[in-house]
Amino acid sequence: MRDRLIFTGQLVFTMGVAAFLVVPAILSISAGVTANYFRGISSGVTLQWVAQVWNLYYDTILLSFLIAFATLAVTLIVGVPAAYALHTRGGRLSRLIEEIITLPIAIPGLAIALALLLTYGGFRSFRASWLFILTGHVIFTMPFMVRSVMAVFATVDVKTLDEGAASLGASPARRFLEVIVPNAAPGILAGALMVVTLSLGEFNLTWMLHTPLTKTLPIGLADSYASMRLEVASAYTLIFFVMIIPLLVAMQMLADQGARK
Amino acid sequence: MNGAAGHGASVRIEACGKTFADGTRALEPATLDIARGETLVLLGPSGCGKTTMLRIIAGLELPDPGGMVLFDDKDVTSIPIERRNVGMVFQSYALFPNMTVADNIAYGLKIRGVSKEERAARVAELVTLTNITGLENRRIDQLSGGQRQRVALARAVAIRPRILLLDEPLTALDAALRDRLRGELNRLLRELGITTIYVTHDQAEAMELGDRIVVMRKGEIVQIGTPREVYFAPESRFVAEFIGAANIVEGPIERGDLVLPGGRQPIGGDTSQPSTVAMIRPESIIIVDTANAALSGTIDSVGFIGDRQRLVVSGACIKPINVDAPNTIKVEVGDRVGLLIPPGAVRLLPAEN
Repeated sequence: MRDRLIFTGQLVFTMGVAAFLVVPAILSISAGVTANYFRGISSGVTLQWVAQVWNLYYDTILLSFLIAFATLAVTLIVGVPAAYALHTRGGRLSRLIEEIITLPIAIPGLAIALALLLTYGGFRSFRASWLFILTGHVIFTMPFMVRSVMAVFATVDVKTLDEGAASLGASPARRFLEVIVPNAAPGILAGALMVVTLSLGEFNLTWMLHTPLTKTLPIGLADSYASMRLEVASAYTLIFFVMIIPLLVAMQMLADQGARK
Repeated sequence: MNGAAGHGASVRIEACGKTFADGTRALEPATLDIARGETLVLLGPSGCGKTTMLRIIAGLELPDPGGMVLFDDKDVTSIPIERRNVGMVFQSYALFPNMTVADNIAYGLKIRGVSKEERAARVAELVTLTNITGLENRRIDQLSGGQRQRVALARAVAIRPRILLLDEPLTALDAALRDRLRGELNRLLRELGITTIYVTHDQAEAMELGDRIVVMRKGEIVQIGTPREVYFAPESRFVAEFIGAANIVEGPIERGDLVLPGGRQPIGGDTSQPSTVAMIRPESIIIVDTANAALSGTIDSVGFIGDRQRLVVSGACIKPINVDAPNTIKVEVGDRVGLLIPPGAVRLLPAEN
């Protein structure tokens, strides 16, 4: 009897906390499909705002994905070999480099953006292109890729695997691609999902770096909140959710798979 | 049955030493010749430099300047392992978890551009040879320790190496399995006829598998010889005690006899020195009636091991000695017994540390 009471109490409390967090998201999303927010959902359900957002911002959304996947490509091509080199070299210098790579997590995005503007702002065409934002995103997401790959290297004896492949005649490049990378796959996948989600959602660094022609999803969101009806901004949120949630679910599933191994 | 049979290379290492970056001297400059098709065992306690020597031969470590590694009289010192055509079995096996058993075995052949059909045929041949038929499609994490060991061996010999290098391949296994695999490995190495270099700290493994044993200590080679030579004729106290069980006895020499507290023991060999240190193996001592032996002592303890009994006898030598007696004789603690030792079983050792 008493156990049951405690259980019920805990359940109610948990549901309450969950509701506290989930309700705003639901309200925001529902506002995006409401004909008139001030009159409430009774005014009718519509996709016109979603369509309007798509028309106004589809290039922003596409650019966001372009930047996210370009960021992923760069962090993969640079980050995975870097993580391997840092792991196998070891020593004080490697630790130092690892710390430097990790710094952007601690430094405010605005500060990174400012540094980039001060340094490269003078190169007009670079400053105006999406590659400028890509640079910022790579700096910001690189530690997540490097760290999650290094975490896997710490659990797999990659040095011996590498020596094993070498003894069978494999060149350093083949060893890396056929033995090291496949055995670091869980870390690479986790890192990749993190990089894509972080890049898609990144705001404060991007906000400093963007130009009217190089906006990403969150910048467009801020823009619509500032300058358009609430329904439009909410519809924007809805689109953002639809795009980011599958990524988050995939990330969680991968993490579970990793834990079960 | 195997293309690699009898096609091993001879190995010569010349003045190969190894000093690590932190200044540790892992290996004193050593010179060693390994004949074509020979199985050579590097034996010694941990930290004696045996693995370092193996890694230098493999091409995983560079010797200090001045050192040279030659395969069939060709200098390979600066050639990396991937171009030396050696097969290697690692202590931790180093199997690829991302590949099946068959893919692991075939990996070296794939690198060499061998066709798919030929690879499959070679894998089939090797799984039969190493007794792992039926496991071809398993993942590495689904294998037991013994199975992994066999896969590692199959993978190493799949490429028909000129030289097979094994770094403590049985150490990670439990005792019973180790004994069985040791026998299988012995048969396999004889069949393949490849030049084999085998690192171990287990003297039983060394004696069963080796054509010759190189005993190492603190980065130096202390003795090279056949298993019988190092067992019966150790050149130092370290070798005597490291290989098999040994009683080390000391005493003055008088008219060709070693004078011990429990009597006089005739010795073979050089008797010109005033005193000596000698080794007597426990199994070469025969328990007899006190009347029939020059040397006698008192039984301190009797340990029945099954196939024999290990007695500790005091009063015969300065320190109590171990005697391996047949399991049939009846002795009890406190009995006075005679110890009959053939003069040839007393091995004089150079006086040293």
